[in-house]
Amino acid sequence: MTTAPAVEEATESAFLAAFDAAVAADSRIEPRDWMPDAYRATLVRQMAQHAHSEIIGMQPEANWITRAPSLRRKAILMAKVQDEAGHGLYLYSATETLGVGRDELLDKLHSGRQRYSSIFNYPTLTWADVGAIGWLVDGAAITNQVPLCRCSYGPYARAMIRICKEESFHQRQGYELLLTLSRGTAEQHAMAQDAVDRWWWPSLMMFGPPDEESGHSAQSMEWKIKRHSNDELRQRFVDICVPQAEILGLTLPDPDLRWNEERGSYDYGDIDWTEFQQVLRGNGPCNEQRISQRRQAHEDGAWVREAASAYAAKHEGGAR
Amino acid sequence: MSPATDWPLWEVFVRSRRGLSHSHAGSLHAPDATMALRQARDLYTRRGEGVSIWVVPSSQITASSPDEKDPFFEPAADKPYRHPTFYEIPEGVRHL
Repeated sequence: MTTAPAVEEATESAFLAAFDAAVAADSRIEPRDWMPDAYRATLVRQMAQHAHSEIIGMQPEANWITRAPSLRRKAILMAKVQDEAGHGLYLYSATETLGVGRDELLDKLHSGRQRYSSIFNYPTLTWADVGAIGWLVDGAAITNQVPLCRCSYGPYARAMIRICKEESFHQRQGYELLLTLSRGTAEQHAMAQDAVDRWWWPSLMMFGPPDEESGHSAQSMEWKIKRHSNDELRQRFVDICVPQAEILGLTLPDPDLRWNEERGSYDYGDIDWTEFQQVLRGNGPCNEQRISQRRQAHEDGAWVREAASAYAAKHEGGAR
Repeated sequence: MSPATDWPLWEVFVRSRRGLSHSHAGSLHAPDATMALRQARDLYTRRGEGVSIWVVPSSQITASSPDEKDPFFEPAADKPYRHPTFYEIPEGVRHL
């Protein structure tokens, strides 16, 4: 009587062996391949959070489109915000290959059951914040994302390759913006410095909790979803930023920041993880505003979606 | 409210320049073919990555199954004589 479950178990372990072998060989897992449930769930959680972050991330910057100081800056900022929408869509498509529907994802974002990066719960108080976001926030994102181009899940890796190519413009426009302000009037310089002072620490938090407290890390690294630890990537980012800040003529707000000859890296001060936890729990400066604005935008767009569906139904324009 | 997933999924193929074939860029949801094309343009060719786009309803694609991968592609595996490197040609033979 035990033969049926036994056969099932044998098939399952054969599938698992094939999966493990593919991951070990640095091959890619594709949507219709067998994969462990926990691998699928981890990917859905991470990719959904990533997609949501791109979409929510449009808000703090879009805040400045109407007040951009020149037509050049305005065109650049619009292109960047449009890119973020595109990145969200690449990632939603990739997440859907795991069997999750688009509205389920949006619904979970709107009801707070899935998260987005806590960095977007900070406000953009001045024009210089647009520069600081480009340089630091996008810079941290790129440091995180470049290794994801080699993620074991094919659709995610492919989306990341496209995203990383486009992100590089985001970072450079931010750096150029800050450099212009830094070399401008005394007030402009102060504005740039203030923005960097406010965005530096939250950017370091983007890499997630320290390795010893990061719950998902070990398993994700084993599955090659993740290739480097949080602290490793954070260190890489700090080492990249310090010389860039010097050329900007701006300082980073950390009195403990200094070159460590022995490690060949910069030492940096302690991160305030209580702040991180608070923002994560919904108590950041803008959590409520971001989600309500997102819901509002979705509801405001309902008539467009309805009209497009009605038009398609009337003309039966190809979709069945 | 009509959710986006009421809209069918389309696969997008982009020809990056004349002389090359279309290759798969990604997918998107759209209510009809015209909208799918427009959205594909905005989504996959923002930096002039394409000179031509195809959109195909995903439901119209028939795919080989990953489960039958080995037997399905097996006939090609034991025919090394289909490759030019299978043949030994003496040194000095030119243009071959």
